[in-house]
Amino acid sequence: MYYNVLKILKEGLNDNKGWKKTWQNPEIKKKYDVIIIGGGGHGLATAFYLAKEFKIKNIAVLEKNWIGGGNVGRNTTIIRSNYLLNENEAFYEFSLKLWETLENQINYNAMVSQRGVLNVFHSDAQRDSFVRRGNSMIINGADAELFDVDKIKSIYPFLDYDNARFPIKGGLFQKRGGSVRHDAVAWGYAHAADELGVDIIQNCEVTGFKIKSGTCIGVETNKGDILANKIGCAVAGSSSVLMSKANMNLPLESHVLQAFVSESLKPFIPGVITFGAGHFYISQSDKGGLVFGGDIDGYNSYAQRGGMDMLEDVCEGGLALMPTIGKARLLRMWGGIMDMSMDGSPIIDKTHIKGLYLNAGWCYGGFKATPASGWCFAHLLAKGASHSLSENFQLDRFKNGYMIDEKGQGAQPNLH
Amino acid sequence: MIIDHPLLGPRDASEFIYLGDASLLNRPKWDEEKSEDNFYKYLYLRENVAGMHKELWFHQQGDRSWLVISRNTVTHEIFKVELATEFKKNMGKSND
Ligand SMILES: Cc1cc2nc3c(=O)[nH]c(=O)nc-3n(C[C@H](O)[C@H](O)[C@H](O)COP(=O)(O)OP(=O)(O)OC[C@H]3O[C@@H](n4cnc5c(N)ncnc54)[C@H](O)[C@@H]3O)c2cc1C
Repeated sequence: MYYNVLKILKEGLNDNKGWKKTWQNPEIKKKYDVIIIGGGGHGLATAFYLAKEFKIKNIAVLEKNWIGGGNVGRNTTIIRSNYLLNENEAFYEFSLKLWETLENQINYNAMVSQRGVLNVFHSDAQRDSFVRRGNSMIINGADAELFDVDKIKSIYPFLDYDNARFPIKGGLFQKRGGSVRHDAVAWGYAHAADELGVDIIQNCEVTGFKIKSGTCIGVETNKGDILANKIGCAVAGSSSVLMSKANMNLPLESHVLQAFVSESLKPFIPGVITFGAGHFYISQSDKGGLVFGGDIDGYNSYAQRGGMDMLEDVCEGGLALMPTIGKARLLRMWGGIMDMSMDGSPIIDKTHIKGLYLNAGWCYGGFKATPASGWCFAHLLAKGASHSLSENFQLDRFKNGYMIDEKGQGAQPNLH
Repeated sequence: MIIDHPLLGPRDASEFIYLGDASLLNRPKWDEEKSEDNFYKYLYLRENVAGMHKELWFHQQGDRSWLVISRNTVTHEIFKVELATEFKKNMGKSND
């Protein structure tokens, strides 16, 4: 089904009775060319680009719950390409470029809104490091601007400029950054993949792999065994659990990250703002709710909920930056399970088992990566070789010493 | 989460800092044939189980002791809290 304005008008006159399902509910086939495990953003994007760019037919996405129920529907929706290291920056800039044309590609309104991302800094040393990051962004073809305090005041008058402890000294601004309606990304990719003949199978949990003399030939699921030539795993926070079925230990820990949404307020925050002296980021959704978050709770968790101490920490950061939000009431909070890698960077790679491929380690920044991750993983699955933008995201980099440690924290996942 | 400290009684988890899997107590020997591979596994690979997990916590804002906590990572329920020194003794290792 193709969505356009005429169709909306027609359906409006027709009591909206003519809409077809956004994606079908197909019968499972016995065998596929490629199976993608995990119907989150990354899995669905992979399936879409496999079909669209790499012309692979006969693809299935197996999702244990429902489409959009994982991190893709739980994040704070920020997209940006403001990384320091070349290995990351080039990849995330490619992703941002894909976001810019996404809606036409998938024929779905994902509300991609490039309203700007501002990272404020509070000291001279922090300015130096942000300038360096900005230069790295520009070298990699992204946009970056250094804002002085007056400029920030003119756009964001509500920040606390008199804060004695964390004075705002300026900010690094990326105009092309912003936010995207996260659920619509999942639905849109699912819709577009379905249009290209991808089987999207919900409520289908992979419980094991069929491995014959070092080659993975299929998966075991709660709906029976399914064979495939290639199997791509993109299950984010569940990666370790899934790959343990192939007797693999991964360089990952699963941690919970929480998100918070306030009651609806009149629009007053023009983009995404992040605090430089603590971990706090905020934007205002189109419905008016303030959407904000901070750090992961810091301990291994598969619970999809976190503790009140992190709520307190996040609110302290928020109030230090913009005391004006202190009167807003919190409406909702929830958690998602993050696949925190040992260097804070992702993995898009084959495994030592033939036919079995891995996409994981997205930490809490994988939403913005969705299009590029799908594209590069599809490239790897289709061609058997890494895309040049993801060739550094190797699984064995920890063994070989090629870590991509954006923050320089070492092998301590809860610090990334 | 409330952590029932073996010496101090119930304390809020926010007083503690989390290090990770208690397998970090099993530091490999440096002078073995496979020590390079062993250190790679020790430093970077984790079981990362969904379920019962033994893990290291440091009482940073308390008595600064290291604890080994047995906790269910799916429910956050804590089953056992031991001093890391005791835990290591029971592992049959010396504390130097
Ligand atoms: C609170 C929060 C805020 C965040 N904020 C941001 C942000 O602002 N910007 C940003 O870039 N990133 C953000 N992230 C991170 C981002 O959401 C994730 O990195 C990204 O969504 C992970 O990829 P995914 O969409 O494929 O994951 P998911 O949507 O989690 O997809 C994985 C899917 O695999 C399925 N699955 C698991 N096991 C199996 C199995 N055995 N068989 C079949 N299916 C299985 C799961 O049900 C799930 O649907 C945030 C995350 C959270 C939780």
